[in-house]
Amino acid sequence: MPKLKIEDLARIREQARRATLLREGAGRVKITVHLGTCGIAAGGRNIMTAVLREIEERNLHDVLVTTSGCAGLCSREPMMTVEVLGQAPVKYVDLTEGKVKEIFAEHIVGGKIADRYALAVGSERVM
Amino acid sequence: MPYRVHCMVCAGTGCVSNRSLEVREALENEIRKRGLQDEIQIVTTGCNGFCAVGPLMVVQPDGIFYQQVSAKDVPLLVEEHFIKGRPVQKLLYKPPEAAAPIPKMSDIPFFKHQRLIALRNRGLIDPEKIEDYIARDGYQALVKALTEMTPEQIIEVITKSGLRGRGGAGFPTGVKWQKVRQAKGEPKYIICNGDEGDPGAFMDRSIFESDPHSVIEGMLIGARAIGARYGVVYIRNEYPLALERIQIAIQQAREYGLLGENILDSGLDFDISVTRGAGAFVCGEETALIASVEGRLGDPRARPPYPAEYGLWGKPTCINNVETWANVPPIILHGWEWYSQIGTERSKGTKVFSLVGKVRNTGLVEVPMGITLRQLIYDIGGGIPGDKKFKAVQTGGPSGGCIPAGMMDQPIEYIAPDGKREARDYLDLPIDYESLTDVGSMMGSGGLVVMDEDTCMVDVARYFLAFTQDESCGACTPCREGTKLMLDILNRIVDGHGTMDDLRALEEIAWVVKQTSLCGLGKTAPNPVLTTLKYFRDEYLAHIEAHKCPAHVCRALNTYRIDPVICVERGHGCGVCRRECPEKAIFGEKNQPHRIDQTLCKKCGVCVEVCHFNAVIVE
Repeated sequence: MPKLKIEDLARIREQARRATLLREGAGRVKITVHLGTCGIAAGGRNIMTAVLREIEERNLHDVLVTTSGCAGLCSREPMMTVEVLGQAPVKYVDLTEGKVKEIFAEHIVGGKIADRYALAVGSERVM
Repeated sequence: MPYRVHCMVCAGTGCVSNRSLEVREALENEIRKRGLQDEIQIVTTGCNGFCAVGPLMVVQPDGIFYQQVSAKDVPLLVEEHFIKGRPVQKLLYKPPEAAAPIPKMSDIPFFKHQRLIALRNRGLIDPEKIEDYIARDGYQALVKALTEMTPEQIIEVITKSGLRGRGGAGFPTGVKWQKVRQAKGEPKYIICNGDEGDPGAFMDRSIFESDPHSVIEGMLIGARAIGARYGVVYIRNEYPLALERIQIAIQQAREYGLLGENILDSGLDFDISVTRGAGAFVCGEETALIASVEGRLGDPRARPPYPAEYGLWGKPTCINNVETWANVPPIILHGWEWYSQIGTERSKGTKVFSLVGKVRNTGLVEVPMGITLRQLIYDIGGGIPGDKKFKAVQTGGPSGGCIPAGMMDQPIEYIAPDGKREARDYLDLPIDYESLTDVGSMMGSGGLVVMDEDTCMVDVARYFLAFTQDESCGACTPCREGTKLMLDILNRIVDGHGTMDDLRALEEIAWVVKQTSLCGLGKTAPNPVLTTLKYFRDEYLAHIEAHKCPAHVCRALNTYRIDPVICVERGHGCGVCRRECPEKAIFGEKNQPHRIDQTLCKKCGVCVEVCHFNAVIVE
């Protein structure tokens, strides 16, 4: 290992930060892929892989991905919920890998809801 | 592909001894089995702090806190949480009174009331990866200190921040640095005192285990400020995991050129070696520690000259505690203004405490100075288990004293740091260096032992004195002979042979030892005796005059008898006590009341432990 210079330290910090930012639980966008039995049966795993691949290819480091169970609308699986910080969550239904690509371009990076694939904006009232 | 889940498994000493490494292995296997190894990262961290409920882990980014996880829980956990996204209810933390568990770590009272500076990276980084530390602004303070600040400016920031020595005495860190900087003699040395010897204290160990680079960075900044060439980390041999992690960290820092010559092309030369202590309590005293590093017996010497002028190998030496060093990088990075906002008038910043004893949430906590004992014991510690009454808290280890709760509703006069007198409850006593000294105790390194009504204060004093007597190096007469005499008297009192003359002698010897001993060990050894005499004199009197131990701890003073009604009605004269009694002092037939022959009873207490019906009464 060659001796570190101050610029190297900044570079390592940038790289390592990207890999560990997740631990602080803070991100601009949170994507929830619904992976209940219905979601998995409808191909939710592939959607998850597509989401992670998009994040990598676009070099995004403010997007958190998490999973949840059945959202109650099994006929429209695979589903995912995209929640941009400070905005209402949007549920996307009947997903394919191609649609995921478009949603990333328009909503997650572009900031405009891809309403042709969206089911609804908002969530149910809980409790 | 990036990971979507980071699973932070605690690998502090507490969790490792509860088999957290088996949990990690099970997780790795299960995740591989499910093909999730590219999505989920398992990270082993240092001590998370909530040792009471280990082995524990935190799943990020959701911040879900799991407690008492075992390897057999892992398949369910992976299936439910990592695949279906549903936190596993039965592994969540549930406070004793609450109806529902609390899934999120940040909502759990134990964590919610804490403020982390020295422990800022605990549970968030893998302590064996320098990159993880760098990601959390690691070594950025060093860059700032090397490129933007002169040594004088560094010392000024540390002085203005109000940082004081976290080893216990509370000496202003900036003042110490300035003295070493001005002292004549080359090379200068820096020592990190990790000889944490107080029973029940594990702050330093946890910092080494969870964030070793923060200590190294603190020492590097110190080296730049005072012009030191070499550093020594002195660490107890009883801390194998801490030792391993600091050695790994030093090695990584060397490979990156953060230790060695011309660090970051700044011209700074500094390197650190590790010395293992052999387990003598007195080596925590700075002059004894220096002797030990030099390869001599760990005997203290009279000061002055202080190590700042005449330290390691006779050269100017700056000794600070592990926690003090870990506080340095954030102060440099965020400025003294930020740091000095936290805490009280004269005690700034935060303090790490190991919260142990009769408290629900035992573990490691970091709180702002000035927090009250009530907040610490009830809000964070969750109160006393088993609905017992809170009796006292012991701070500062064998050098500290007991602060009573018995006067909880009886306000005492407390002299605030600004000289104002005000009435306060002891429990509402704000914790800082001055307030603890005012009540006869001390901050110490941060051990905090909570005691309930089942604790005998005479026995506590005897326990701590037995410790210091054993650890006394014997160099000076007051400590060598005085602690022995005091221990003899305390042993007599707990055995029921104490007299009022003994009590008077105890008090007198205690003051002599306190005032005339050579080093801090002897000067503070009488504190547990003096504070219990001050606040719990009635317990001493009960032992001496009534031959009774109010807490029923001192067995020689107890009388054991069997309640005949309970024995027959609930236990049907089961006879387990008769069979288990090693002295054959219990007589009785099945279905008949049993009785203890007091002339044969040796008061071992086995009958109390074996009776399923609580029929044995201790008086």
